[in-house]
Amino acid sequence: MEHQHCQHLLDSLSDYIDGDLGSALCTEIEQHLQGCENCRIVIDSLRKTVYLYQVTAEPPGVPADVRERLFKRLDLNEFVEKGS
Amino acid sequence: MNSTKKTTEDFSLEALRSGDRNEFARLVETYSGVIYRLGMRMLDDPQDAEDALQETFIKAYRHLGGFDGRSSLLTWLYRIAANEALMMIRRRKTPAVSIDEPSEDDAELEPPVQIVDWCCLPETEMMSSEARAYMDRAVEQLSPALRAVFLLRDIEGLSTEETGQALNLSEAAVKTRLSRARLRLRELLSGYYGEHMSLQSLTRPEEA
Repeated sequence: MEHQHCQHLLDSLSDYIDGDLGSALCTEIEQHLQGCENCRIVIDSLRKTVYLYQVTAEPPGVPADVRERLFKRLDLNEFVEKGS
Repeated sequence: MNSTKKTTEDFSLEALRSGDRNEFARLVETYSGVIYRLGMRMLDDPQDAEDALQETFIKAYRHLGGFDGRSSLLTWLYRIAANEALMMIRRRKTPAVSIDEPSEDDAELEPPVQIVDWCCLPETEMMSSEARAYMDRAVEQLSPALRAVFLLRDIEGLSTEETGQALNLSEAAVKTRLSRARLRLRELLSGYYGEHMSLQSLTRPEEA
């Protein structure tokens, strides 16, 4: 990543892994990757980082006691039983 | 536990605005799970997360009359919740907590330091409970401003536009902050997994 070109590409990597880059920049990155092992590793590990956070994210949810206090605080006591 | 990810919004705005309790209870039931999760990840404290959850829906109830429908209801709730969490962090007396990324938005990205190809590690090892605890600590190390963008985009699954609406940021700023957050997390995880890989090669000599 000491090459000047790598620093220039760095700004685009996040968009690149989201598929949000225009085709010209995409091609530029892909050509660069063929000759730059370090950038390839950075992109792979960046993608893996985001993936790991997404697959390990806990499902949304509220513990029963927290939910009960929430409904009471909102003066919705009669709805507490309806849920979970 | 309710398991709402992103439901299609089928609430009656008219009922909500007029203070219909049934409809409001349904809104709370549907979205409290995601709002609580955001609070837990932003604040890393169950009591603070519960306070933020309650405040979010109290404020939502009070201000539903002024909800203009320019964003979805969920994005609007995220906006209230994110504000609440950031305010709570500001109120904490911990020294030198900078909420904003002041001039950092314009500064050059730090070049990657950790160049370790750890992607070949088995997923079971990458997702061990120890690894997950490390991943959580890495998110806590992000500044609150970067953390909010990362959580809304990559964990809650909001679009760039929705994240901008929730945090009152331009789409360009959302992208810059997301990029910074991801690269920092990558750096931290690479340090962790890189160490793990060298340990692995020490403890597991190649088979003859």
